[in-house]
Order: sequence, then structure tokens, then C-alpha cells
Amino acid sequence: MADLFDKFDPMIRAREALGFEDTSPIDVVMEQIISPTEAVIKGKRTILAGTNNYLGLTFDPRCIQAAHEALDAAGTGTTGSRVLNGTYTGHKALEAAIANLYGAQHCMVFSTGFLANMASIGTIAGKDDVIVIDADSHASIYDACKMSDATIVRFKHNDADDLDKRLRRLGTGANVLIVIEGLYSMLGDKAPMKELVEVKNRHGASLMVDEAHSLGVFGETGCGVVQEAGVMHDVEFVVGTFSKSVGTIGGYCVSNHPKFEILRLAARPYMFTASLPPSVVASALKAIEILGSEPQHREKLWRNARQLHEGLTRAGFNLGAAPSPVVAVKIDDRDMAVRLWEQLLNNGVYVNLAMPPATPQGLNLLRCSLSAAHTEEQVKTIVDTFERLARSNSVLSQPAA
Amino acid sequence: MSNALDEIVTLIAPLNRKGVAVTPSSTFATDLEWDSLTVMDFVAEMEDHFDIIIPLNLLPDLETVGQVADAVNTLIEKKNG
Ligand SMILES: Cc1ncc(COP(=O)(O)O)c(C=O)c1O
Repeated sequence: MADLFDKFDPMIRAREALGFEDTSPIDVVMEQIISPTEAVIKGKRTILAGTNNYLGLTFDPRCIQAAHEALDAAGTGTTGSRVLNGTYTGHKALEAAIANLYGAQHCMVFSTGFLANMASIGTIAGKDDVIVIDADSHASIYDACKMSDATIVRFKHNDADDLDKRLRRLGTGANVLIVIEGLYSMLGDKAPMKELVEVKNRHGASLMVDEAHSLGVFGETGCGVVQEAGVMHDVEFVVGTFSKSVGTIGGYCVSNHPKFEILRLAARPYMFTASLPPSVVASALKAIEILGSEPQHREKLWRNARQLHEGLTRAGFNLGAAPSPVVAVKIDDRDMAVRLWEQLLNNGVYVNLAMPPATPQGLNLLRCSLSAAHTEEQVKTIVDTFERLARSNSVLSQPAA
Repeated sequence: MSNALDEIVTLIAPLNRKGVAVTPSSTFATDLEWDSLTVMDFVAEMEDHFDIIIPLNLLPDLETVGQVADAVNTLIEKKNG
């Protein structure tokens, strides 16, 4: 009999070929967390520019206090599923707060955003239905499709005409659930929401928008790209996560569908896993209140995003998309991307190294994500470090204008 | 019975970076060395070329060029009723 792990040999070889000198991304340990934007890595004080901590709420004193109080009052964990002993007052209050934020009838909270997609996409679309997903969808959306019994069709990334074409080919027989994201996490590009909603309405399909990277980032009260585009009431389902702007862990799905609550009995990733611990629920609830009522964090985040985008553009880098809190620097050569990533880290700037197949179009990316908690000085240091290292490696040639 | 094989081989040509001889038994993963994303983008191209829908659910069973041609032929016949 062969070794079960033989199938990983190509992956092992590919990883060895990447040629990190000392540290690869999976070796990075945050030895000490100083603030939402700084940590000690390899003994060195490092600016965090790749943590999806968009609003910087991980150390907000109000969130920490709420978590402390819940920990003291209700203990370290629920030790049970939402449908058994794992629904506390806090879980219901959190669901009510999110439903209220969206002006929606229903909200379900899940133990992660990954599970929110598994539970909602994977359960809502059944054997006779069709799920149509954006080609650049997150792994959790692809895996949710695998879990569902539906027919899975993919349309060209952010292309409303291509979606239209595929819906036309599908005909009118089956129920169709379209799944897209608000802000795409790798390149930082936004969905053309109005156009996609128009196509969806014309074909009588349902739309689910994953606002994982856009909750707290877009829209008047931070609901996301659906709110910014003014199409909240044209979107059947919004899913999201607490692991980014909300600064903790967990996921949710909101909807106005009259039968939505049946998912509590039908969705296995809701039923067959333990519910969120009380302290997590309490800090999520506080963070949801803050992101809905304090636009100043969002405004600061966007100032930082524009500063980074402008600085890197002026330095001569090729960026993934228009300014957004995700700023992806494209590096043509894979080995150079690896080298720059490691040098950035050694020079006190942590970003995400992203490569195919996790990236679209075979791109190698040094992906930055900003936080409202970054200072102007930190953003300047990020730009300067990028520029200095890129010049010393001849990735950028001309001196800055 | 329609026969999509020749057209599929033509569609593969621009993506055949290794320049391998494409036969019905050529595999996408091993012979052409395509990753999963390249395979999915190629599926989209075939969908547009033949004006059909090739659900992603079929992909696990489509390892060779010949298997893809068979699947496409079936889908074209289904479309034409
Ligand atoms: C688009 C998208 N959906 C879902 C998730 C999963 O979120 P979580 O970290 O809560 O599992 C992520 C985060 O990685 C994401 O980027």
C-alpha cells in the first residue's frame, strides 16, 4: 500500500522551491501583541499591515470590558450547540443587533464566517437548484458549493454581462442562488453591485453577498457594499464575519425571507458545532454597536487607505485595484515576491504573501490591509519600507518623482 | 452524434505552455500541468464556445481531454433536445 501522504508530494516540492531564507509565512509567530497595528515578531517590533483588523477594535476598551464582564458572568464557553444548551441571552442579543443594523427580519450567528457560508449556501441550495458564483470567490464559498447538492456554475469575476449570459443559458427551470462578495479580499476590488443586482432581478434569481471584508468599511452605518450601492432591499441574503472589522471570531447571515428561521434546524454547520463563547459574543455585540454608530473609524480607515494607495502608486508600484482598505502590490516574479516579503518582515513590516492558486490570474501579491488604528506615520513607514526594498532589489528603477 | 474533440483540442492550443501532443488520453493535471484555476477558466471558455453550461460538479470526472469531449457532446445533445 502506498503512503496516504504521497498525494502531497507536488505541494511539498512546490513549497520547498519557494526559497525562503529563514522565515516562511507559516512560521510567523506574533510573540507579543502591542496594539492592533504592532506586534513583536522574531524579537522585533513590527508594523502589522496585513491583519484585516479594519476598524482596529481588537483593543477597544469597551469591547474588552464587555468581554471581561461576560467571561466573569457566563464562563469560558458554552460547551454546546446553538440548538442544545448553547444559546445564551447574548447570542440572541447579538442576532437582534445585526438584524437591526441591516433593518432585516432575521439573523443567524455562526461560529465562524467559514461556517456561515457552509451553513447558508450549503443548505439553502439543494439538489434541484443552481448556485452561480463569482469565479474569484473565497475558498469557503467554493467549499460550501461542494457541500451542497446543487448544480454549480461559475461566472467571470465582477462581470454582469457574463452573469447575464450564464443565467440565460440556464433557462427558467431551476431556482438560482447567486453568490458574490462585496470587496474581494485578494486584490481589493469591489463588486459592481448595482449592475449585478439588475441582472439578478431580471432573471428572478436570489442574491447572497459575502461582506466579510466590507462590513464596517462601506456604507453609512457600515453594513457594507450593499448599503453603499443602495441595494440592501434587493439582496436576499448577506453573510459576514466577526473576524475582521468586528475584531473577534464568528459569522452571520441576515435575510428577510419569511422561512429563514428553518435554517436553525436544517443547517448542519449551525447545529453540529459548539456556539460562540459568551466573551466573544459580548465583544462582537459591542463592536457591532460601535461600527454602526461611530463613522469616525471608517473615515480614518479610508484616509489611511488613500494614503497607502497614493504613496505606493507614486513610488511606481503596480496595485491590484482602486483605493480600498485592501491594497495589493503586484510583483511579477514569484521569487522576488518571496524575497521582498521576507525582507519587509525583517525590516519591521508584516504584510500577506499571496500566490496562486489563492490569487486570481496567477498573480503574486504583497497584500496589505489597513486599519483605522494605523497612524499616518505608520502608513508612511510602510510606503517608505516598500519603496526602499523594491529599489534595492531593482523591482523599482527610477527614483521617486 | 456531435464531435467536439477537434474544437476542444484547438481551444487547448493557446494554453498548452508545455507544447505536449494533445490526444484524447492527455490529462489536464499531469500532462498539461494545469492547476485547478486554469481548468476552471478553460471550462468557461468551452461554455462560451459551445454555448452550453458545464457545471463545476462534473469536474472531478473530467481528467482527460477525451472525457471532456464526451461530456461536451452530451451537453450539446441535451441542449439541442
Ligand atoms: C470572503 C470571505 N468569506 C468568508 C471568510 C471566512 O471568515 P472567518 O475567518 O470568519 O471564517 C473570509 C475570511 O477569510 C473571507 O475572506
